[in-house]
Amino acid sequence: MSSEVLQLDGVSRTYGAGATAVAALRNVNLTIHAGEFVAVMGPSGSGKSSLLTLAGGLDRATGGEVFVEGTPLGGLSINELARLRRRAVGYVFQDFNLVPTLTAAENVALPRELDGIPARKARRQANDALRLVGIEDLADRFMDQMSGGQQQRVAIARAIVGNRRLILADEPTGALDSATGDGILEVLRGRTEAGAAVVLVTHEARHAGWADRVVFLKDGRIVDEAASQHDPSVLLTGRAH
Amino acid sequence: MSIRHSLLALLQEGPRYGYQLRGEFEERTGSTWPLNIGQVYTTLDRLERDGLVEKEGDDGEGHVVYTITDAGRTEVTDWFAQPVAATNPPRNELAIKLALALTLDGVDVAAVVQAQRTASMRQLQDYTRQRRAAATSADAAPAAQGGPKANDAAWLLVLDSLIFTAEAEVRWLDHCEGWMAQRAVRAGKQRTAVAERQAAEHPAAAAAGTRAVSK
Ligand SMILES: Nc1ncnc2c1ncn2[C@@H]1O[C@H](COP(=O)(O)OP(=O)(O)O)[C@@H](O)[C@H]1O
Ligand SMILES: [Mg+2]
Repeated sequence: MSSEVLQLDGVSRTYGAGATAVAALRNVNLTIHAGEFVAVMGPSGSGKSSLLTLAGGLDRATGGEVFVEGTPLGGLSINELARLRRRAVGYVFQDFNLVPTLTAAENVALPRELDGIPARKARRQANDALRLVGIEDLADRFMDQMSGGQQQRVAIARAIVGNRRLILADEPTGALDSATGDGILEVLRGRTEAGAAVVLVTHEARHAGWADRVVFLKDGRIVDEAASQHDPSVLLTGRAH
Repeated sequence: MSIRHSLLALLQEGPRYGYQLRGEFEERTGSTWPLNIGQVYTTLDRLERDGLVEKEGDDGEGHVVYTITDAGRTEVTDWFAQPVAATNPPRNELAIKLALALTLDGVDVAAVVQAQRTASMRQLQDYTRQRRAAATSADAAPAAQGGPKANDAAWLLVLDSLIFTAEAEVRWLDHCEGWMAQRAVRAGKQRTAVAERQAAEHPAAAAAGTRAVSK
């Protein structure tokens, strides 16, 4: 199997039509492999969230094609798309999108159960994910009993549960203090080391610093990319300058 | 950077010769600011002249060993007690470059900003990677050698400083870009307003007027 987990091929997204049409993405090309951590930066309104929703199959491109693990999303029915999302894609929404009437563990286990995994196994995977984000002791709390930062960690646990291959996170460190934010980045980094591809939208340069590649968006276009040095020996000698 | 105070501070731990001082300085700061041995000996000469260190003699292998004096200890105490003076900002080539780019004709400021942001971001990625590696090896130390060494902690601290400085640079560049975009929008609105006023006052000259105020 190819190691390309996500591929955007000439992708455009225009909202509306005619005089009021907004071109949120224009002819974007981006390929992300297994084990890669990519950050997306850009000013507000540059198309970061649009890019992520298209990559996660939550919205459809108006031009070009999105491939997830080689499957072109354009040809899938709504049901097929939903199945692919549950199986392969973990998504952290900017506003969490958690179910308030479920506990933390139930929220995290829900996508697994919908995918036909037995409840006990789903619950065990949920607990593993909650442990990874450092809130296993809050598993039975409801959302209104949790702080913003804690809810954000539930949202991240839900995205990483069950070894998803593609993890997409939209400003997931927004409500977190600096040290907790670093902990979340450690978790995301850990997923790439387990073979997942991670795309992180962030406006915080220090968090983007964790990525292998940083893509800069502006007016719906990729204008530049920063890739870190991969050769560790270059780093060690490179630090004395 | 005060080499003078750094060497003096290291001598508080006991008598040392030049190469030892250089090695200890670089170990604590991860060789981020390498010292050449000539600098070390020149500095030791001046410290001796000022009565802050004394030559203790030879270590038997031809190394001249220095020891700190009471006056030297007082100097170190004062150094740690006083904040680093920031009244005279260090010359910042990037700020100077952008200030000039903004005021000179024919420079694509947006391109200057983006090129720099990519470079600063790459540096931030590299420092972050090094920090993760350093933190991992510091965490691995306890089992083997009874706790992370103070020098590992010092190196992490220096890396954090480099990371926060690079972050500040990227944030500042984002800010510059946003500010320039707003200014461009305001300038555009002003042009439109002037053109509309002219069109109302002198309908016949409107087309020419738009061109005249577009500077
Ligand atoms: N559902 C929508 N309908 C209309 N316009 C939208 C919609 N979503 C986003 N946009 C517009 O598309 C552009 C990109 O938005 P978005 O992807 O949310 O940017 P970012 O996440 O970088 O702030 C903006 O101009 C925004 O106003
Ligand atoms: Mg957004």
